[in-house]
Order: sequence, then C-alpha cells, then structure tokens
Amino acid sequence: MLVIECPWCGKRDQTEFSCHGEAHIARPLNTEELSEEEWGNYVFFRSNTKGVHYERWVHDHGCRRWFNVARNTHSDHIYGSYKPGEAAPTIDAPDTPEAKS
Amino acid sequence: MGDQQSDVVNGGEKDVTIKTTSPAYNRQRIEGDNTLIELPWIGKINLRGNAENKRFIEKVAAVVGCALPVEANTQEQHKSITVFWLGPDEWLIHCEIDAVAELMEKIKSDLSSIHHAVTDVSDYYTVLQLQGPDVTALLRKGCPLDLHPEVFKSSHCTQTRFGHASVLLHKLDKSTFNIQIRWSYTEYLWDYLVSAMDAIDR
Ligand SMILES: [Zn+2]
Repeated sequence: MLVIECPWCGKRDQTEFSCHGEAHIARPLNTEELSEEEWGNYVFFRSNTKGVHYERWVHDHGCRRWFNVARNTHSDHIYGSYKPGEAAPTIDAPDTPEAKS
Repeated sequence: MGDQQSDVVNGGEKDVTIKTTSPAYNRQRIEGDNTLIELPWIGKINLRGNAENKRFIEKVAAVVGCALPVEANTQEQHKSITVFWLGPDEWLIHCEIDAVAELMEKIKSDLSSIHHAVTDVSDYYTVLQLQGPDVTALLRKGCPLDLHPEVFKSSHCTQTRFGHASVLLHKLDKSTFNIQIRWSYTEYLWDYLVSAMDAIDR
C-alpha cells in the first residue's frame, strides 16, 4: 500500500486516489496539420519507463484535484508530489539499477 | 422505509412522488455505549471561488460571520453556520435548512462582481452522527485515514473514503464524529456502520 501526499490535503492512503498515466504530455496545437501517425503517437504511445516516472494522479475521495507524482515504476518508491503547472522535479538518485546506467 | 415523509408534486400528466427525507430518516441504532443517528434538515451550500482573491475571502466572511477556512482539513463556525474546507477553491457551508435561500441570495448579491459559484446541495447529502467510546475503532472498519488523536484532532474535518463511499468526516470531539454522505450511499454507510457496531459489541 502506498502513502501519497496530496499537495493540498496532505498524506493519504493510496485508495483515496487514482492514477491516470504519464504526465506532461501536451496536446499538439497544430491539430489540423497532424498526420494519422502523429495523432496515434500523441493519443496512444507512452514512454513506458522503468525507473523514475512522472504521472498524473487525482484525489478522488478527497479534494478531487489533479496533481503529478514522481514514482519509480520498478520499486514503487514515491519521490514526491507537485501541483499542475509546476516543473517536474529532477530525481538525482533513482533507485533502479537499470536507470543509473 | 415506511416512516419516510413524502410530498406529492404535480409533474404534469401524472403525479410524481418525491421523497423529502434520506433513507436514514428517523432511524437510530444503539449498541452498547455507541449510538448512530441521522442529523436531518441541515442546509448545505457548496461554494467555489478563488482563495487568493482577498476580496472574495472578505466578502464571504462578512456574509457567514466567520473566517473562510483556507487551511486544509479545517472548519470555522459562527452561530448555526459551519464552513468546511473542501479544497483549495471549494467550501461547504452548513446552516439551518430555512436559511439556505436567503444565505445563497446574500452571497450571490454581495459577490456579484467577484468570480464565484454557489450551489444548494442540501438534498444531495445527509449527515450521520456516530457517538460513543468506540467511534475511532468503528471508523477504522472502513476508513483508511490516520485517525490517531494526535493526527486527526477534534474540530478537524476532511473528505475521505468509507468503504466505497466518499464522505466528509468532521470530528466534533474524541467520541463524536459527523459523517456527511450522498443520499444514494446512505443505506450502504448505515448498514456498514451497524455491522461494525454489532462486531464491537460482541
Ligand atoms: Zn486532496
């Protein structure tokens, strides 16, 4: 069971939240010019990182706000949470052996 | 169910029956020293606005008579009004049921030039009150929140989970909690708490 810090409510049990995939994926602005392949890449393709992953979570049973979490997909270690609009934190020492090389 | 009041409203071609009370109306459950009741007829107003706008904060405070809580998981009270923090731009006002319309009009007119939203949610939720020496143990049956008295103190409030239902938990004192829940989940929460009370009593 993970303990996740909502940037507004504080530390809560994982079951108050739900995860909605990779964060910082910007919708293309030139939508009318996109090829089908470019659309497909935007809609379906994700980095599928092993190691430090920046992802979107929502505090469903709490304040119902969206925010981002830096989590290690290999160890489930959570480095921290940050509000939408804030830059992703740089994680210096990821604890995944593969991610270090 | 038979003790529920109902109004018959003419809905055009045929009459439509609208229940004006929640499924927990008039119910009470006592197991040992623990009691579960419903607190009916509480007016509830949802308020949205920008907490960083000083004018918004001041105008709302002037209407409700107490400060608008901007700290997470806190509430403020003035006479029969309680204002709960729900999120960084969202609050819930509890008041007397007969005061809802007037309070909403006052907020709307006093904040007419300020970006905000008010919604009457009086009939969307109801409030159950759980009281007794075992309240914390009973809540732990379905709630993952850290309810240690040093962490979740008297007067604290928060939205959290009980079983599968979203609730607003308000700790009045060490043996009394108010639990606000959607009407449609009331039966579920009631039965869940009653079975928890049965288990404690044994
Ligand atoms: Zn939250």
